[in-house]
Amino acid sequence: MTTEQLLTLVVGLGAFLLLGDLFIGILNGTYSISRVARYAVEGTLYGLIIGLAGIGLSMTYSILNFANFAHGDYVTSGAFFGWGVTYLVAGWGTANFGHLVLVGPQRGVGGSQLEITITSTPVAIMAGLLVAGVGTALFVYLIDRIAYKPMRGSGGIPLLITSIGVAFALRYLIVFVYSNRTRGTTSGDLPSLDLLLVDGWVSVDAHDATLIIAAIALMLGVHLMLQRTKLGKAMRAMSDNRDLALVTGIPTEQIIRWTWMIGGGLAGSAGYLMVLWTGTIDWQFGWLLLLLIFAAVILGGIGSIYGAIFGGLTIGISMHLSMVWLPGGDFTTITAFLIMILVLMIKPAGLFGGKTTA
Amino acid sequence: MSDTEIGSQSDTVQPEGQQNDVELKVDGLVKRFGGITAVDSASFEVESGSMTGLIGPNGAGKSTTFHCITGIHRPDGGSVRFQGNDITGIRPYQCADYGLVRTFQIAREMANMTVLENLMLPAKQQSGEQLWRSVMPFARRDVIEEERELLERVWDILEFFEIEHIAEEKAGNLSGGQRKLLEMARALMIEPEMLLLDEPFAGVNPTLEHKLLDHIHELREEGYTFLIVEHDMDLIMENCERVIVMHQGSVLAEGNPETITSNEQVIEAYLGGDV
Amino acid sequence: MSTNATDTRVRLETLWEHDAVKILAIFGVIYLTYALIGLALGYSLDGIVNTLRRMTYLIAVYGMVTLALNLHWGYTGIFNIGIAGFMAVGLYVTMMLAKPTDPAGAAQYAGLGLPMPVAIVGGVVAAGLAGLIVAIPALRLRADYFAITTIAFAEIVRLGITSGALQEFSLFGIELGTGGGRGLIGNYGDPMNVIFELEVFSSFVDLTNSLFGFGPRQARALAYSMVLVIVLTGIYWLIQRTSRSPFGRVLKAIREDEEAAQSLGKNTNHFKIKVFVLGCALMGLAGILWRFRRTGVTPEAFRPHVTFYIWIALIIGGAGSNTGSVLGSGLFVAILFEGPQYFRRLVEQVITFGDAPNTFAGSVAPILSGNTAPFVRYTFEEFQTLQFVLMGVALVFLMHRRPEGLLGHREETAAAIPLIRRSNDDSTAGRGGDSS
Ligand SMILES: Nc1ncnc2c1ncn2[C@@H]1O[C@H](COP(=O)(O)OP(=O)(O)O)[C@@H](O)[C@H]1O
Ligand SMILES: [Mg+2]
Repeated sequence: MTTEQLLTLVVGLGAFLLLGDLFIGILNGTYSISRVARYAVEGTLYGLIIGLAGIGLSMTYSILNFANFAHGDYVTSGAFFGWGVTYLVAGWGTANFGHLVLVGPQRGVGGSQLEITITSTPVAIMAGLLVAGVGTALFVYLIDRIAYKPMRGSGGIPLLITSIGVAFALRYLIVFVYSNRTRGTTSGDLPSLDLLLVDGWVSVDAHDATLIIAAIALMLGVHLMLQRTKLGKAMRAMSDNRDLALVTGIPTEQIIRWTWMIGGGLAGSAGYLMVLWTGTIDWQFGWLLLLLIFAAVILGGIGSIYGAIFGGLTIGISMHLSMVWLPGGDFTTITAFLIMILVLMIKPAGLFGGKTTA
Repeated sequence: MSDTEIGSQSDTVQPEGQQNDVELKVDGLVKRFGGITAVDSASFEVESGSMTGLIGPNGAGKSTTFHCITGIHRPDGGSVRFQGNDITGIRPYQCADYGLVRTFQIAREMANMTVLENLMLPAKQQSGEQLWRSVMPFARRDVIEEERELLERVWDILEFFEIEHIAEEKAGNLSGGQRKLLEMARALMIEPEMLLLDEPFAGVNPTLEHKLLDHIHELREEGYTFLIVEHDMDLIMENCERVIVMHQGSVLAEGNPETITSNEQVIEAYLGGDV
Repeated sequence: MSTNATDTRVRLETLWEHDAVKILAIFGVIYLTYALIGLALGYSLDGIVNTLRRMTYLIAVYGMVTLALNLHWGYTGIFNIGIAGFMAVGLYVTMMLAKPTDPAGAAQYAGLGLPMPVAIVGGVVAAGLAGLIVAIPALRLRADYFAITTIAFAEIVRLGITSGALQEFSLFGIELGTGGGRGLIGNYGDPMNVIFELEVFSSFVDLTNSLFGFGPRQARALAYSMVLVIVLTGIYWLIQRTSRSPFGRVLKAIREDEEAAQSLGKNTNHFKIKVFVLGCALMGLAGILWRFRRTGVTPEAFRPHVTFYIWIALIIGGAGSNTGSVLGSGLFVAILFEGPQYFRRLVEQVITFGDAPNTFAGSVAPILSGNTAPFVRYTFEEFQTLQFVLMGVALVFLMHRRPEGLLGHREETAAAIPLIRRSNDDSTAGRGGDSS
């Protein structure tokens, strides 16, 4: 038996024991079923964000062949772009332009004063989400032109190192422009759907629902794009085999550009939705999300968008469910990282590995 | 653990080894890559002290066979025995320890190391490869002494291949032919008993090819065993006393050059191939 | 006269070939520049010397870590971006070992109360062990996967230290604690007391007092920096020896082509594990020396930033060169780490800025009407932020324009002896005339 098989067995056994414990615990009342359900719901929502952001990372990882450490900061950038527009639309006239477009860098009018929610300001949020996607797509394309295009021929490692520099510069540029203040972006009054589950409530509010709908719509869009369009087919071909892509007649450079833009657009949208969901925005939330996104992408298998989505959900749900055993939330991130490291040990190609972008 | 195994195995092999010393015995070797079966139960033997050619059209599985023998790839089936020891699926470094060393089809020189460094690398039993010996002042004295002796050997081998003039060059700056020479010289630094050469003449100009062949013959007289993969059928026929023909992963024919050249299957495989 | 000039040029160039000369020249320029900056800022002598002392301290610590990283990446091609984690393990373990057993007063958590030298050894060993734990399963991974594993490890360490669960714990019945997010107080005596309590040290204090007007505190700080330089020299020596040896030769071969090295009979995993553990232990040591004299430490100190700094330093100097690593940390500290702040002070010396607008928008809006002053003011106000932007841009720029850095031409000999021609070189003339 190889080490990998042994590890797989141990991990499988561990997962089985944990799930068994969870099941029995719920049955005999050790674990509150509504609490577990709440963790599952929160985990799913978090997982959708990670998965959505992960699609882009996965695509650039397989097509450009390098791990882009700036991806997390694309998420942050998108959130700021989008929320600037949301503030503008929702608060036109209530405060000056600069304050609104910079998402309230100083104290003053903010999300709660503007009463931003999906129900009270739906147009502002739609416009914000759109700008988050499109704006980040263009921004990411610009970054590619400046930082990565000159190094197209280099291997994955020099590009990775470069992307660490890009990440750093970008993150502090965000601080320079938007300030390092953490601020609330939404108002708390939200309609929500509350379910009584045996021993407590599980609720899904309007922003949770928005996140679910938007994320699934975007994922579906990418799926259709990859399956139906000529560009999508060329992208899949290229991630499988660069030479083959040339045969399809679409120039490599053009595919690379679209890969960046689609990946960036999804990252920006994910960032926007994350802020809508949590109700706060700060300059480094995307960076803190980055390793979780990597975990999702590696878990799912680099290059597979379904893998990224699956990985995101698995990571999100495991993180929240870990609180059943490790209360307090100090260990959620550690849990995610450990899962990633275990996957790398056992099955570095990921669960959907080998099968690329299809 | 391996000691007893080696002992018992060489005992069982001894009887047949007496009439006909088998240096390397490959039996039913299988290697698959996804859907492709690159090596499909290939079996052959190489006699001690012989110069054996392994030919076959492109994609026949020759390089993959080398990879499986030397532990770069783990075979999916079959066995490999070297001097009576079962070496199936061993690690590459263990293979070299047994005295079985290979070169690569595309030379894999250490590009950013000089020729001298490349040649000093493979020597066995370098006490300086233990970190503490290289660092501690007293032990390092011995290491330095060893390095001096090793450098002498390296100069000898450079002289043998007549490439002293490139000694201080970075290996990455060498020509294709020089790289091939370097690879072979480097393999010899291990003081192996058998050499597996994967297309040693590819990309080598005719003059150098001649020299290289002379060197191989010279080494062979010193007792080395050679298994050489080569595309050029004539070259193999002229220089090897035994020839193994691979086609689509299996051994198509095995024998002396005369029988091989008259073998119809071989001719067909080659005409159907790319020669 | 022109021959004289070329003569001196040639002589200077040959001189430049020596690593020691390079180091002295570049550090000479750095120190001189900073002394002049100190003068320009109107510092008194002790202020200037203190500035240089601080530089020395930073360069020495970053230099140690950069050398360790060079051993990993420059020599062996092991892609470690979890440096901060190994430094954290070293420092935290040392502090927990050295803290007194009695958690009285503000001292928060108990430690083992071991003598500082023992605690340092403990910290270094722990960092090495952490390296071993990462290396054994992960070293066979692809370089980028390995990198992700190391940074995940570093974050696990940092988050673990921060977590409330380890804030105070007991191990085999012994009370210990990481202090959680609030940090850990170093309530042991000055770790340098072994030196400070020596007889000669008092004359050192007197000397610095008469030379620079230093008080005892400053004298101690100076001595501390000097000790760090000595340790840096020791590590340089150690890694230089390691790389110039048969062991180092195998490391280089692994960097160039691991599979080929295996085929040449080298058990590369063995070498990789050893060198990874050694590098991590040195990172742990640097982490200890970096902050064990402070009143306390928080996990914030070990954010991935630190790792990023070290990588910039390595790339400036040139991966694969030990001299480059030291020079790289010197230039990193002088130009990117300390430089911008001094630049700002210098500018402010000349120009007095009024109140800066408090948002970016407030600084940009006047530009539309042709007034750039608010933007300049805002920029200076936010200089610290821009400094980080500058570091990121510097890394990108280096990767574009000079990925081999100053000295990363990978020309350092990997042998224990100089690889010179044999003395009886003319014997070659007899064989193949084409060879010379
Ligand atoms: N690493 C690999 N992955 C997938 N297929 C491979 C790999 N190596 C070799 N092959 C396939 O195995 C077959 C045999 O290849 P090879 O052994 O290189 O042939 P030869 O050396 O005889 O030209 C070829 O079809 C080749 O494409
Ligand atoms: Mg071949």
